[in-house]
Amino acid sequence: MNPVTLCLLVPLATAISCLLTGRSLRAQKVLGVSGMAVLLGVSLWLMAEVADGTIHVVEFGNWPAPFGIIAVADMLSAIMVLVSAITGLAVAVYSVADIDEGRIRHGYFAFLHFMMMGVCGAFLTGDIFNMFVWFEVMLISSFVLMCLGGEKPQMEGAVKYVVLNLVSSSLFLAACGILYGQTGTLNLADLAVKSRELMHPGLLTMTAMLFLVAFGLKAAVFPLFFWLPASYHTPPVAVSAVFAGLLTKVGVYALIRVFTLVFTGDLMFTHGLLLAIAGLTMVTGVLGAVVQFDFRRLLSFHIVSQIGYMVLGLALFTPLALAGCVFYLFHHIVVKSNLFLISGITRRYGGSFQLKKLGGFYAATPWLAVLFFIPAMSLGGIPPLSGFFAKFAVVKASLAGDTMFGPWAAVLGVVALAVGLLTLFSMTKIWAEVFWKAVPEGVPKVDLAALTPRDKALLYGPVAALALLTLSIGFFPQFYFDFAERAAAQLLTPSRYIEAVMGGTKPCIRFGISFSRWYGPGC
Amino acid sequence: MQIVLAITIGVLYAAAVYLLLRRGVVRVVMGVSLLSQAVNLLIFTAGGIKEGGSPFVAGASTSLANAADPLPQALILTAIVISFGVLAFTLAMAYRADKSTGTDDVDDLRSTDAQ
Repeated sequence: MNPVTLCLLVPLATAISCLLTGRSLRAQKVLGVSGMAVLLGVSLWLMAEVADGTIHVVEFGNWPAPFGIIAVADMLSAIMVLVSAITGLAVAVYSVADIDEGRIRHGYFAFLHFMMMGVCGAFLTGDIFNMFVWFEVMLISSFVLMCLGGEKPQMEGAVKYVVLNLVSSSLFLAACGILYGQTGTLNLADLAVKSRELMHPGLLTMTAMLFLVAFGLKAAVFPLFFWLPASYHTPPVAVSAVFAGLLTKVGVYALIRVFTLVFTGDLMFTHGLLLAIAGLTMVTGVLGAVVQFDFRRLLSFHIVSQIGYMVLGLALFTPLALAGCVFYLFHHIVVKSNLFLISGITRRYGGSFQLKKLGGFYAATPWLAVLFFIPAMSLGGIPPLSGFFAKFAVVKASLAGDTMFGPWAAVLGVVALAVGLLTLFSMTKIWAEVFWKAVPEGVPKVDLAALTPRDKALLYGPVAALALLTLSIGFFPQFYFDFAERAAAQLLTPSRYIEAVMGGTKPCIRFGISFSRWYGPGC
Repeated sequence: MQIVLAITIGVLYAAAVYLLLRRGVVRVVMGVSLLSQAVNLLIFTAGGIKEGGSPFVAGASTSLANAADPLPQALILTAIVISFGVLAFTLAMAYRADKSTGTDDVDDLRSTDAQ
């Protein structure tokens, strides 16, 4: 058994056992949390395996690449799986106190784990069509989590979320089909080889644009982000938190994967477009956020804005920029999930998500204020918190002048700084409204008796753990940045990925069958 | 044959987009379903159509040079299964959305957007 396969099997086994326990609440809660803990253990093992720079390849069913489906774990995949498992565990513990009985009885934990399987699968696969399948596993589970409960606001959000994501899936699938028609392969490493030998590279760029739209919709980049703030504030807080942390980042991961490995033939065009998208995403996201007065809608717009920073790192395509992008990814997953979890606690105390109807939290629960302050200031980019180093790396890369975009990169760097200021502004808005402001007229006071000690432990525990992680990223950035740099180095030398997958041998005649269309007689 | 398929795919895409832009939730769901059919045909066509034998080999020495490519068909089969499951889910969701919100007009699904 290897950690790569286990990362898929553990959530699957947990989900199935959750379904098998039937309607026993206690068993589902215990299984739901312990399954995530095991997944975290396995992902740490995976990280230990790839930490020395090796790229692990698992050929499912022993069919050799590029014919069989493979899973590939490089540094980027391992980081993403690890941070997903951390977020998953935090959310699972939080869910025990946050999710109502009815939802748990109807399979909340089972679908949470099915979704984790989809997320891990998408991070680990080495095959573009297989990635589509994992996306679908993730999506259909997220659809169920979104709809579970069937309340009016949930269903309103769900219609928008489901339809837009299905359109994105259709585009992804169409893009896979066209890519196969052009290259005759679906294996990512093989695609990387074949795409450099094509007769008509322009056609490949066209396919790249289809992938850009498909993944861009999932990652919620400008101008395809509108479904996100319309839906992420409708389900229960724990669901919002795990969606906010993981789902859009799977889209970003897919963008990183294909735009570093496969579509690198016309960098000025593809990455120039990504650069423009990054700037517009940052600006529109943050401008949307500053006018919001619903806690979760405000945070949702911030997801969009922060995605822009990650795409900026990818677009600049230098080692520092890509390392910044990876660092940003894991910093953001931790911080954003945490902010959503905190919005749930203030809701439990104050009875609302509306900033206007909340107040007086600093006086009532100073510790909660501290716990909010850490991720909020980190998101705003205040040193020495994690967000500062993430922004610093991306902005430094854009101002460094060694990118292919010349002065345009510097312009984007300035935009990123301005957006950081607006982010800080909207975080201070939450701080002022929820924590500092006196309790408004006609609104009940902060009700500290609303939570039993057990609920308190279950809700505060994950929030405190994620806040500690944010602090540790902030105080020991070099340790974490080192991993991001290694991931970036692997991304910028696709030959290592290709060699790990294809084993350096020519995949010509492996079964005694020669598919002449795929591998001509000369191979 | 390719021309016929290309036109069919174009018509299917156009119909799907038209339905997706309608305001009734059920029509939107039908649009999504048509879209997945269009994509399946697109994969089939893009994968290359040719007249020839089926891609089975009796012995190891048989050449498959004239056989049809089995992979796009495998992809379509997977995609059909997925889209079938997704369609079942979206129909159930449309029903539940209608029950919960009391409307099937997507323009009326705005109460959560209010400030």
